[in-house]
Amino acid sequence: MREIVVISGKGGTGKTSLTAAFAHLAKNKILCDLDVDAPDLHILLAPRHLRSEAFVSGHEARIDPARCTRCGICASVCRFGAITSRGGVFTVDPVRCEGCKVCVAWCPEKAVAFPAKTCGEWHVSATRFGTLIHARLSPGEENSGRLVALLRREARSQATSQNKEMILCDGSPGIGCPVISSLTGASLAVAVTEPTPSGVHDFVRVAELCAHFRLPMAVIVNKHDLNPDQTKSIEDYCRDKGHTLAGHIPFHPDVTTAMLDRKAVTETPSPLGRTIRAIWKNVERAAGLAAAPSPNELQGA
Amino acid sequence: MIVSVASGKGGTGKTTVAASLASVWPRPAAAVDLDVEEPNLDLFLDPRIASTQRAYIEVPVPDPAGCTLCGSCVELCQFKAISRMGPSILVFPEMCHGCGGCIGICPENALTPGKRELGTVAEGMAGDIRFLSGRLRVGEAMSPPLMREVLKRLFALLGRGPTDAIIDAPPGVSCPAVNAVMESDVILLVAEPTPFGFHDFVLAVEAFAPFKKTMGVVINRAGLGDGSIHEYCRDVGLPILAEIPFDRSIAEAYSRGRVVASLDERLRGVFSELAAKLLALSGEDAHA
Repeated sequence: MREIVVISGKGGTGKTSLTAAFAHLAKNKILCDLDVDAPDLHILLAPRHLRSEAFVSGHEARIDPARCTRCGICASVCRFGAITSRGGVFTVDPVRCEGCKVCVAWCPEKAVAFPAKTCGEWHVSATRFGTLIHARLSPGEENSGRLVALLRREARSQATSQNKEMILCDGSPGIGCPVISSLTGASLAVAVTEPTPSGVHDFVRVAELCAHFRLPMAVIVNKHDLNPDQTKSIEDYCRDKGHTLAGHIPFHPDVTTAMLDRKAVTETPSPLGRTIRAIWKNVERAAGLAAAPSPNELQGA
Repeated sequence: MIVSVASGKGGTGKTTVAASLASVWPRPAAAVDLDVEEPNLDLFLDPRIASTQRAYIEVPVPDPAGCTLCGSCVELCQFKAISRMGPSILVFPEMCHGCGGCIGICPENALTPGKRELGTVAEGMAGDIRFLSGRLRVGEAMSPPLMREVLKRLFALLGRGPTDAIIDAPPGVSCPAVNAVMESDVILLVAEPTPFGFHDFVLAVEAFAPFKKTMGVVINRAGLGDGSIHEYCRDVGLPILAEIPFDRSIAEAYSRGRVVASLDERLRGVFSELAAKLLALSGEDAHA
């Protein structure tokens, strides 16, 4: 089973629009939206939820005012500044609390409760492109990495039971917790970048992250015609580091037009469809899902 | 006053707006990059960096000689950062949140404080604007501890004299984004009028509303997409403070590292007016 994760470093480079197009083109796959913080793939895929479950992860401290003797030990041991007293009443700020349990362990009166926390919801859904595993982390929550790991486990079990050979994942921006959790043990990262200073800078950081995890990477330069010199330097960087250049896409209003119609670009008559089909072939090859290209195909690319 | 520039969706133009605002701000200001996973503000403000310091988080270091394998630390740790493997205690420093619980609870004092590098914090000047930025180490998963280090420097700086701060926040609505906006007086949301942009904009409004901060909206790439953000803002009473038109020449200038407010008089005017509106919203005017 091959697991392909679409990432970018910088947000807004076109990850989700491209993932939706790939979801349209790919055969025999399970879809997964790992951008649990701000998921958007469902907007184009119109999922029908088949199963929904609460995401319960970690705990949260709560002080029982009836048992609290206002000694203040909890506030002094909390490293996250989550416990404050107002008029002698100690309370936990749920936004700052990291659920470390230190206040619970140190309270001499056992006045701090430590209930499990519901941090979001996740779904197994049916879409016109197949099964989609997706979620929504509650605002302000941590544990996005754990939710990503849960979605990937569920996607793998769905792929096994439905006999699918591929899991196609939409990732999140950045290089932190959810991205690391998306990449560990995946087969291929597909990085979508753009020829702007931020795009290039952030792309190099995800490339370093993939190298850190020894994960092969295929690269797509979106809006390549905005700055041909920057595009060339991205492509040179990829050749130098041995990343697969999967292709480039021009700056084009059809991407937004398709989004407004709630469609993947490849479902519309847009000329971008041809470009994206060729790119998808290259991604499949990089993931080891298709035969090597014939010499003719290579010349045409 | 502290204004944080945030958005639900990435790539809507937070850094464009933060850099432009800083460049036209009418009072002494600090530009702060809290998008520590992908810091980009320096690419546009081109600051002269005076110091770059490494930042660390405390993690436990086990002393096998003192450990009696009682398991108190393993039982307390909520992050699977310590486990017992046969006759020894293993620490997984990259899982540790630095709560200090294990070190404090060990009856044998067999755990001592060590450290894990989070990344770096840079300070400098971009013209007459103070500049502060965090940069997460590639491979480090947790951005909030490094963001707290950057904020500590910011508060030290604000304590030294009257300065406003413009924070470039990370995208999203989970803990990193919330950490960035929590300390600000005004949250400025940059939104893009597309279906993805609208969806994530609503997530951000709902996530930040409980903090009861003053909020305002900048619409970037206005003219692209549809009118759903305008309608929503009208319905919930959120002020739209500025609109930046969708224009290929702006995108091209951005691709060359240009600050959008410096492109022409009209765009400079858009951001000067935005700065004045933000100061008015926070109850301060430009000449206070």
